Amino acid sequence: MPGSVQSIERAAAILQVVAASGGRLGVTDIAEAVGLAKTTTHSLLRTLLLVGFVDQDRSTGRYALGTGLLRLGSNLDVNELRARASNWADALAARSGHAVRLATLVGEEVIVVHHVFRPDDSAQVLEVGVPLPRATTALGKVLFAHSHQHTGQRTTRSGAGATAELAEVRARGWATERGEHEPGLGGIAAPVRGPGGLVVASLGVSGPQSALFDARGVPRSPVLTMVTDAAHSVSRELGHGGG
Amino acid sequence: MADRYVLAVDQGTTSTRSLVFDRGGRMVAVRQREHRQFFPRPGWVEHDPMEIWANTQRTAAQVLNDVAGRGDVVALGIANQRETTVVWDRATGQPVLRALVWQDTRTADLVSELAARPDADQVAERCGMAIAGYFSGPRLRWILDHVPRARERAERGQLLFGTMETWLIWNLTGGPDGGVHVTDVTNASRTLLMDVRTCRWDPDLLAFFGIPAAMLPEIRPSIGVLGVASALSPALPIAGALGDQQAALFGQACFSPGEAKCTYGTGSFLLQNTGTELVHTRSGSISTVAYQLAGEPVRYALEGSVAVAGALVQWLRDGLGLIGTAPEVETLARTVSDNGGCYVVPAFSGLLAPHWRGEARGLVAGLTSYVTKGHLARAVLEATGWQTRDVVRAMAADSGLSLPALRVDGGMTTNNLLMQFVADALDTPVVRPMVGETVSLGAAYAAGLAVGVWSDVEALRRNWHRAAQWSPSPARARALTEEYPKWERAVQLSIAWGVP
Ligand SMILES: Nc1ncnc2c1ncn2[C@@H]1O[C@H](COP(=O)(O)OP(=O)(O)OP(=O)(O)O)[C@@H](O)[C@H]1O
Ligand SMILES: [Mg+2]
Repeated sequence: MPGSVQSIERAAAILQVVAASGGRLGVTDIAEAVGLAKTTTHSLLRTLLLVGFVDQDRSTGRYALGTGLLRLGSNLDVNELRARASNWADALAARSGHAVRLATLVGEEVIVVHHVFRPDDSAQVLEVGVPLPRATTALGKVLFAHSHQHTGQRTTRSGAGATAELAEVRARGWATERGEHEPGLGGIAAPVRGPGGLVVASLGVSGPQSALFDARGVPRSPVLTMVTDAAHSVSRELGHGGG
Repeated sequence: MADRYVLAVDQGTTSTRSLVFDRGGRMVAVRQREHRQFFPRPGWVEHDPMEIWANTQRTAAQVLNDVAGRGDVVALGIANQRETTVVWDRATGQPVLRALVWQDTRTADLVSELAARPDADQVAERCGMAIAGYFSGPRLRWILDHVPRARERAERGQLLFGTMETWLIWNLTGGPDGGVHVTDVTNASRTLLMDVRTCRWDPDLLAFFGIPAAMLPEIRPSIGVLGVASALSPALPIAGALGDQQAALFGQACFSPGEAKCTYGTGSFLLQNTGTELVHTRSGSISTVAYQLAGEPVRYALEGSVAVAGALVQWLRDGLGLIGTAPEVETLARTVSDNGGCYVVPAFSGLLAPHWRGEARGLVAGLTSYVTKGHLARAVLEATGWQTRDVVRAMAADSGLSLPALRVDGGMTTNNLLMQFVADALDTPVVRPMVGETVSLGAAYAAGLAVGVWSDVEALRRNWHRAAQWSPSPARARALTEEYPKWERAVQLSIAWGVP
């Protein structure tokens, strides 16, 4: 096959063998079935294990199809997402001193799936389930920049400026909002990735514009780093980039 | 100057977690590993102590590595699943059998026999709680009765007893090679073997349960240096240890009498600080040790223990296969708008507070062909809310105090449907703190206080911040008050079902 990537071909062959075996084969049998050296097969299986495409029975060492594969067709459950992100969202709010939100795309809508209050013990209302505009919020921009309609395609409705901003969000790995959604309100958000690298959510802080950005509109670096670090930690929690 | 960090190990029923906290009480690293659950017979629940020890070492080493170069880890605090019982060989470090977990009901017959003895009344009088299979003393007795030569070897000092913190501390401080054999006072208070006023092993209770004193660990304050965790790092002091529920009370900064929290994990546990006063209970809550700072008097708490909360969700996942992960229960429950008339009483191993009926068994009531898995998921979540209402009511009767707001924590608090239901069922605001891992935070606070990372509990109180609040809706609260008798009837049925 011209242009084919060998390891992907091999991994696909392994998945077919594992699927057909109903979880009865160990590494030796699988290597034999696909006609590869045991060490090669082993390292491919390890990667497949890491991304959740196969599972290994701890006592017998045999392989079966993993839940990651079974979930490929469906989105990550939003309640699951909240549970997995919760510790890191809390830590981000505590460290930054700002309110934290986690958002995901439900169909075409940007929906808040988790909200941690600003840690000042003032009266605040839980905003889980609230839709956000995707063009004017940092959380929305991250999701929009990485949603399939926009990767490698030209947007139809938004202008060239917006397209450029989304390309920049993709390239640098974070998005900002500076009063576009609500006057005086600022936001910084970064993408959360699932096991295969797909962006599944955005995580961000919101607070007074002046607290998040300097006079030139540049994000203040401790906050920015906290946001990207937290998003990275949640991604790792979801299995992105290995344990 | 490098930051000063504190390491906490939360050895729970389902997993072992290691976390690192900074001086602001903020989590900077976390690693977690589940261990296997063994169910060798109906009602029996076991863990492999060696697996738990390995998971402790592994996750602790991982977080120490995660923060390496960022700060100095100056102390270790341990919180543990309570009442789970381990007996091991002092010379080899090998357990004589797997740990008997707090949910295990194999001691039921032994407990009825003991409770029927004419001298059984002294037990509650001395240790603060009535004889029940939930506590660790009867499990220890069962092991001595069933493992060949165990009693004889225990009397000769060859076997050691411990709850999980004791087992981990002994291994961390050298194991067979000079390991320190200690327990903290909160864990000791759950054995039925300790005098709850003097906080010493009670010779009459030991005689009553037939336990050789030679195998018991030394009882120590929860907050104070216990030894050096040489298995992890050459100079890391173990400076705090508490039962997980007491640790959560501490982590929630409930330092004053009247302050209370409820933790929603495998079970759910409502604890209310009662200060230096031991409250005499009549309504189904129990009196337990809350914590003790070295050199200070013991602080007590009232407790409402519910054995099955998150475990019912796990059953929906593993037993019925209706969901793939625990949080998906909320997704399933939101496919319908009410419970469809369905109630689940999760008396898997009897009912603890406020009923204390070991013979009760679980049931699903109100089934009609209308009921779907969505209704079942709702009933599963509501069971946790109703049980909270049961224990809050019992505790209010025992303490004479009502709760202005309920502080919550634990894995189930990410479930918004459940937390709103709890707020409505109690007609009380429910608040979650910024650190959901309050068990670990409490262990870290204990250890950090002992080595001077924090000066006093007031410094800890300032770290508490509200991360979320669920406010009751008056209309829902009224509706649930009307519905409550149905739940109570389902509970009575589950008790009746278990009566032989
Ligand atoms: N979103 C959720 N909705 C409902 N239940 C949940 C949710 N997330 C977790 N759980 C349940 O909560 C429990 C896990 O919570 P947590 O991690 O606090 O418990 P744990 O610390 O492991 O318990 P323990 O200390 O008793 O071992 C599990 O029983 C799980 O079924
Ligand atoms: Mg726990």
